[in-house]
Amino acid sequence: MGARIVLQHADISRALTRIAHEILESNRGADDLVILGIPTRGVVLARRIATLVSEFSGIDVPVGSLDVTMYRDDLSRHPTRAPSPTSIPPRGVDGATVVLVDDVLYSGRTIRAALDAIGDIGRPRAVRLAALVDRGHRELPIRPDFVGKNLPSSPSERIYVRLEDVDGEESVTIEQGPTGDQGSSIEGSAS
Amino acid sequence: MRHLLSTRDLSRDDAIHILDVAEDMADTQTREVRKLPTLRGKTVVNLFFEDSTRTRISFEAAAKRLSADVINFSAKGSSVSKGESLKDTAQTLEEMGADAVVIRHGASGAPHTLAASGWIDAGIVNAGDGTHEHPTQALLDAFTMRRRIHGTASRGRGLDGITVAIVGDILHSRVARSNVWLLSALGARTVFVGPPTLIPLDLTGWPAETSYDLDATLATQPEVVMMLRIQTERMKDAFFPSPHEYARRWGLDDERLARLGPDTIVMHPGPMNRGLEISSRAADSPQSTVREQVANGVSARMAVLYLLLSGERED
Repeated sequence: MGARIVLQHADISRALTRIAHEILESNRGADDLVILGIPTRGVVLARRIATLVSEFSGIDVPVGSLDVTMYRDDLSRHPTRAPSPTSIPPRGVDGATVVLVDDVLYSGRTIRAALDAIGDIGRPRAVRLAALVDRGHRELPIRPDFVGKNLPSSPSERIYVRLEDVDGEESVTIEQGPTGDQGSSIEGSAS
Repeated sequence: MRHLLSTRDLSRDDAIHILDVAEDMADTQTREVRKLPTLRGKTVVNLFFEDSTRTRISFEAAAKRLSADVINFSAKGSSVSKGESLKDTAQTLEEMGADAVVIRHGASGAPHTLAASGWIDAGIVNAGDGTHEHPTQALLDAFTMRRRIHGTASRGRGLDGITVAIVGDILHSRVARSNVWLLSALGARTVFVGPPTLIPLDLTGWPAETSYDLDATLATQPEVVMMLRIQTERMKDAFFPSPHEYARRWGLDDERLARLGPDTIVMHPGPMNRGLEISSRAADSPQSTVREQVANGVSARMAVLYLLLSGERED
C-alpha cells in the first residue's frame, strides 16, 4: 500500500482555473460574488479562486473564511475541536451569491454546518459549493456546483490534500486507511 | 478541559487557548443571529449561594448564546435555606441531568469539593469562592487587556512585558488572586497597591510585588491600572480610617487620571463605587474598559463553557 498521487501541482492549478471560469460563467460575471473558504485548506483554495476570478473579470471579488466548528453535529463524538477564525468581507453576505469552498467533499455534514453558519450571518441570494475533490459517500442531500476532481473512493481510504501555503508541498493523494499518518489533512475523513 | 476551578492550574498554552476561543466567540457576537447551536441539549446550572447578579447573568447569557438550557438556582428561598447540604444539592442536580454547574459559594474551596467529591458528574466552573478565586473574571480581564494592547493581532499572544497595578482590597479579593496567577502565566508583572491593612502580610510564592503608595506606582507608568471595589460592608471592620481618606490615598481620582498616559488601561470588575475607589470621570474616560469588560465577560464564559462541554468526555 502507499500513497497514490491523484492530482499534482499543475493539475490543482488547472482545476482551480477551470472552477474560477465556471463560477464566472454560472454567475454571469463577478457581480455580487462572495467567496468563503472553510478552514483550513478551504480558505487557501478560496483565496486562490478569488484571485483568479478577480483576474479574469477585472472586478475585485471579496473573499473570507467561514469556520463551522460551532455548528457541527458531531462535537460530542470527537475530542474538543479548536475553532478557527471566521472573517466575513465587509459587504456581508446579504443579497450575494456566496461560493463556499472546501478541499474534500465527503459526507456533506461540514457543508450542512456551513449553511447554518451562513444563515446566522445574513441572507445570501444563493449559495454555491466548490470542492477540489468530491470523493462521494454523501450522507445528506448536498451536491457540489463546481468540482476539481471526482474521485470515487472506498470509505476505508483516506484522501490527503496538501497545499503549498499550509503543507509546503502541493498534491492530492489517496491512501489505504484506516491508519493513515496524521501529518496533513484529515478532512477527507471528517468532512 | 474537565473543570475550571482556579487560574493557578492553567499553563500559558492553556490560557492562550481559552483566550483565542473567546476571540472566536466574540466574533460571532457581531452577527445578525448571535445564537450558536453548539451546546444544544446540554444543561448548565447556575448554583449561586451568594448573590451576584452580574456574574450570574453573564454566565446565563453565555450559556444561552450557545443554545444550552440554563437552570438558575439561588440559595435564598431554596432547599439550602432549609438546611440542605452541598452534597444533597449536588446529587439533586446530578439527577436532573446537569452537564455543567457554575458555582458561586461563600466558602473558599467549595467548587473544588464539588469537583472532587464524586457527588456529581458535571463539569464544575468556579464563579467565585470565598476569598479564593474567580477564574472567569481573570480570563475576561486578560482578554480585555490583550484586545486593547494587541488589537486584531491578539490571537496566540500573551501579555509579555505588561505591568498591571491592582489597587485596593487585595486581602479579600478573589479577583486579585485569580488575576495574579493568570497574568503571571501570560508573562505580565503584577503590583498590588493598597493600604497595608488590605494587603496580605505574607505574599511568599505569589508572583506579585507590593506597594503602599499609589502615586509612586502610577509614576512607573504601568500599562494597566485595575481598581478593585471597596466592599462597603467591610468598612465597619476599620481597615482604613474613613472612606474619604481611602479615596484620597488609593482612589483613582480626576487628578491621578490626568497623570496616566493616553494608552494606560483603567479597569474595574464592577460594581463600582463612583467617588470612592474610582471617580466618575475615570470610570467614563476613554481609557476605561469597564463596559468592554462586561461584553468580554460573555465571550470568555462562552469559551469556557464550550471547552468544558463540547468534545468527548475525558476523565
